[in-house]
Amino acid sequence: MLKDASTKVTQPEGDGATDSTMLPTPSSVMSGAEIFVRSLEAEGVKYIFGYPGGAVIKVYDEIARLNPSFQHILVKHEQGGTHMAAGYAKVTGKAGTVLVTSGPGATNCVTGIADAFMDSVPIVVFTGQVPTHLIGNDAFQETDIIGITRSITKHSYQVRDVRDLARTIKEAYYIAETGRPGPVVVDLPKDMLAATTSFQYPEQVFIRGYNPNVPVAMKQLELAAEMIKASERPLLYVGGGTLSSRATELLTEFARITRIPVTTSLHGLSSFPETDPLSLGMLGMHGTWYANQAVQHCDLIFSVGARFDDRVTGKLDSWAPHAKVIHIDIDPSCISKNVQVDCPILGDVKEVLQKLTPLVAPKDTAAWLGEIEAWRKECPLEYEKDGLLRAQGVIQKLRAQSGGDAVVVTDVGQHQMWTAQYFQFVRPHSHITSGGLGTMGFCLPAAIGVAFGLREKGIDVPVISVSGDGGFVMNSQEMAIASAHNLPVKIIVVNNQFLGMVRQWQELFHENRYSHTNLAPTNPDFVKLAEAYHVHGVRVETPAELDAALASAWKSADAPVLIECRVQMDEMVFPMVPAGAATGDMITKRYSADDAV
Amino acid sequence: MSQATLTPQQIYRKKAAGEPVLADDTLKIRRHIFSVLLENSIGALNRVVNLFYARGFDLESVVVGISDDPSLYRMTLVTTGTARKIEQVLRHLNNLVDTVQVEDLTDQEYVERELCLLKIRYTEKNRSQIMDINDIFRGKVIDITAETLTFELTGPTTKINAFVGMMQPFGIEEMHRSGRVAMRRALVHGS
Repeated sequence: MLKDASTKVTQPEGDGATDSTMLPTPSSVMSGAEIFVRSLEAEGVKYIFGYPGGAVIKVYDEIARLNPSFQHILVKHEQGGTHMAAGYAKVTGKAGTVLVTSGPGATNCVTGIADAFMDSVPIVVFTGQVPTHLIGNDAFQETDIIGITRSITKHSYQVRDVRDLARTIKEAYYIAETGRPGPVVVDLPKDMLAATTSFQYPEQVFIRGYNPNVPVAMKQLELAAEMIKASERPLLYVGGGTLSSRATELLTEFARITRIPVTTSLHGLSSFPETDPLSLGMLGMHGTWYANQAVQHCDLIFSVGARFDDRVTGKLDSWAPHAKVIHIDIDPSCISKNVQVDCPILGDVKEVLQKLTPLVAPKDTAAWLGEIEAWRKECPLEYEKDGLLRAQGVIQKLRAQSGGDAVVVTDVGQHQMWTAQYFQFVRPHSHITSGGLGTMGFCLPAAIGVAFGLREKGIDVPVISVSGDGGFVMNSQEMAIASAHNLPVKIIVVNNQFLGMVRQWQELFHENRYSHTNLAPTNPDFVKLAEAYHVHGVRVETPAELDAALASAWKSADAPVLIECRVQMDEMVFPMVPAGAATGDMITKRYSADDAV
Repeated sequence: MSQATLTPQQIYRKKAAGEPVLADDTLKIRRHIFSVLLENSIGALNRVVNLFYARGFDLESVVVGISDDPSLYRMTLVTTGTARKIEQVLRHLNNLVDTVQVEDLTDQEYVERELCLLKIRYTEKNRSQIMDINDIFRGKVIDITAETLTFELTGPTTKINAFVGMMQPFGIEEMHRSGRVAMRRALVHGS
């Protein structure tokens, strides 16, 4: 299979010229800036998240002049714009669009681009650039953004000829959205936006070095079907690829036909209803005890669009010691990267499951499911219920209030893990987070992007943004966008006045030396902060207050609401596989530091 | 892929099952030579070279030049690593949008050449000796002064190594090697 992958010359239908799809026809001559606007319209872009500046002033001028079919959302900070684009992309399946100026405008996008790269999110970031004759001169607001982002983009372009502009935009969206999705940067020197040429948006893309449509090898499917048939203790390990391939229904059908239990990675959450008896919740570092026990005892791991991240496997050499591995992935470089795979299936999850499902028969997994049930009873997810407001309880109340009918966006840290553990996702694409890069400050802007995406698609479900008090402040300025555009985002700040996850590690592994994790002295008044951005804010300190605040927040259909939840400070996320430990060695409750592994 | 080296996990499983583990094979580092066809476009070369640094792969030499098609560059890369690592290098190279073809020539029939320019300080006493060695290697003298001789030599890397080794005792003033350029033999093409 990989022999095929090592040569990827695809024959063009025409003469092989890269620009054969863009035949110059006598159409109207326009400036690069106008071509940019028209190209985005032709691409079907509905929202762009941007911030103007000198290098892109001509584009902004055209946006004002042409009144285009897309809406420009003026963000407060470019990083916020990139996360909005990511949230939008996750919920719509279409690439998110960002437009920023050169220099600091471009560098402010770096974290968002890296985040999208790690989590395979399609975004296209257009950055302004100084005019071509000034490139390399240390001109005002010049930065080599292509160089800076080289390792964190799927591909990037700098337009050096206005005649390439429309084709470049077409290719950028194509590359971002196809195959394993990812961020693409397009650098636009100012003189390219002023130069004129005739405009025609290409209908097709042909890039000879890029062919994302790999045919699925039938032989591999047959092998996989045999392995599934032969296995006695099979386990589905589902990742974000299932969601980006829009294959949640197929996966659910597959699991229910074969009666194979399902565990998901953080990004795989919401691909399979967690209320189903086959669901084991999340696996890995803060996964459930029973999911991790199932991993350690299964004889077959069927990985569907997941990448065996170190937060999933822990110590690699003792992970799933009895299992053979089947792995569906669209990116060949993910296969056998961390765990050697017995049956690799290169391809899109949706296509693979469509072809594989007819090859499998119902299995009798009752004994295996019985074993898992015993583990579930032995160590269920639980926390102290003493009438105090605890973060886990906040998540459960959000679940109860929404009935699971909401898109939940989380930031990074303890609240993220508790949401993953306690929300019980049932609605496909209802969980969005920053998993790979772990970007604090991701949540609020991403939730705003989600709200725009849902608005575009006419889907009326609430968006819940769950942040900690640390990460929320990192992009809290974007509350202004939620209020200005009447987005009914439910902004939950789980405030334990600490950088909770780091605090947890300090307590468990660093002898309670809470070095610089106490946020109380520097935290703002969250309610006042919300009000400064025209967002209604409430502070709650007891479960009863939270109930009332949630009931009233769910009545707000056209305005954001912030609820600051003052939760218990010293709570820890359990169970936990300490970093580098074997998956079988989980800490399931608070213990003395002397017992540390 | 079945020929790939074992993961720590597989070694663990084999040990648990009492099967022999050939650790030597899993850790054996080999030198691989890749031939890559690359778009002649801005930043394409940077992306290839950057990949090696960003992914922690070794890069011994890179040679780039225009191919028979003016829109494409032909690149020869030399890298070292275990079979597992080499597989990852290949896949990541293929994943780059700018690479049109990536081939591992290592286990194929191929020809390779390297160019070496070597400046040697000579005396009247050892000049004929130096020239004799050069004749054996069929190098060319391309510059001469009262004190130095500059040779041009092309050949497989092993030959260059031998030549440089023989010249070392005379005192090398300056050396510049091009790195390897390789091409698959026509003999097996299409087979």
